[in-house]
Amino acid sequence: MSESPNQWSDTRTEAMIGSLLRAGVLLAASVVLLGGIVFLARHGTSMPEYRVFQGEPTDLRALSGIVSFALSFHARGIIQLGLLFLIATPLARVAFSVVAFALERDALYVVVTLVVLAVLIFSLAGAHL
Amino acid sequence: MNTIELTALIFLGSSLAGFLGALTGLGGGVIVTPLLTLAFGVDIRYAIGATLVSVIATSSGAAAAYVREGYSNIRIGMFLEIATTLGAVVGASAALRLPTSAIAVIFGIVLLGSAYMSRRGGRWQSATTGPPDRLAALLRMNSTFPSLEGPQSYQVRGVPGGFSLMFLAGVISGLLGIGSGAMKVIAMDQVMRIPFKVSTTTSNFMIGVTAAASAGIYLQRGYVDPGLAMPVMLGVLAGSFLGARVLPKATSQILRLVFGTTVAVLGVEMIFHGLTGRI
Repeated sequence: MSESPNQWSDTRTEAMIGSLLRAGVLLAASVVLLGGIVFLARHGTSMPEYRVFQGEPTDLRALSGIVSFALSFHARGIIQLGLLFLIATPLARVAFSVVAFALERDALYVVVTLVVLAVLIFSLAGAHL
Repeated sequence: MNTIELTALIFLGSSLAGFLGALTGLGGGVIVTPLLTLAFGVDIRYAIGATLVSVIATSSGAAAAYVREGYSNIRIGMFLEIATTLGAVVGASAALRLPTSAIAVIFGIVLLGSAYMSRRGGRWQSATTGPPDRLAALLRMNSTFPSLEGPQSYQVRGVPGGFSLMFLAGVISGLLGIGSGAMKVIAMDQVMRIPFKVSTTTSNFMIGVTAAASAGIYLQRGYVDPGLAMPVMLGVLAGSFLGARVLPKATSQILRLVFGTTVAVLGVEMIFHGLTGRI
């Protein structure tokens, strides 16, 4: 298969997806690590309670709450923001694939990818069956 | 035990799980949840939430490397992700309703299945003859993978069967918060007759998207505790990164046996704790 610079190809898509995934994981891990250091510095000597399930406070469950917690330098909010970046990484990969398949003029796979994207958004919006 | 000590222990345990998971190809997620629940007494819902995010991290990290090598097939992966993401939503929704003891028993059964599969070593011969599959051709799944003798072409078969098994893999992933990579590989390698290296790398590529589909549900239900998910995610990520580095040098036969046995023991423990109502 010949590859001209103007032509969009699977190889190019794969290389870009690879960089996207790497960047997403690095960003997420850095933010989680930062939040973790703040968390341990502030709450390191307290006693954790993971034995009994209470569920997280509502502010740590949804996008808007997590962002405002993180912006006020709340340790658990920063970690949760990092985890959101992590969950968003596969989402970004799928969204990018829609564009890549469109550039390849592969209508069938644009539709396939849009279906996957729809399921992901459905779930991330908190909907369940 | 205070938070620093517990966090350090969980980080070490998760690193070891990630390390062994990468060396054996089973993935670290499958033993992190039993470790957290059995050894640290963590509620299984928190354990599942924390493990699930670590699964996204390792899958995406590994896929970043594999996808550039040209083995993984992004079309096969994307098409089958319809099945795995739908399955994951179903699985996570079921997990919200099931009692924790039932989840522990199902987890134990899946662990025993994984232990059995790891014993087989997971290398089957892919068929290269037989009639071409019309559905696979229509979906443009047939492709090539790099080899020493240049690109090798392969023909995909059994698309409906593979798709169904992928849905089940998605349900288990969503229900238990694991990657269920072994089942994805079986669907591709055994049912769809995709070459082993293409199957494993494409499976890895799919795990992150599958896990993200249930992560949203778990996050909104308060299953993801940042204090717990932090050492688990960073630990599994660091461990599997190291594991992938030493992989070419390691003799994995004995390791597989040790890891497989550990997984089996954890499986029995999970079933026992579930049945006696301790989880």
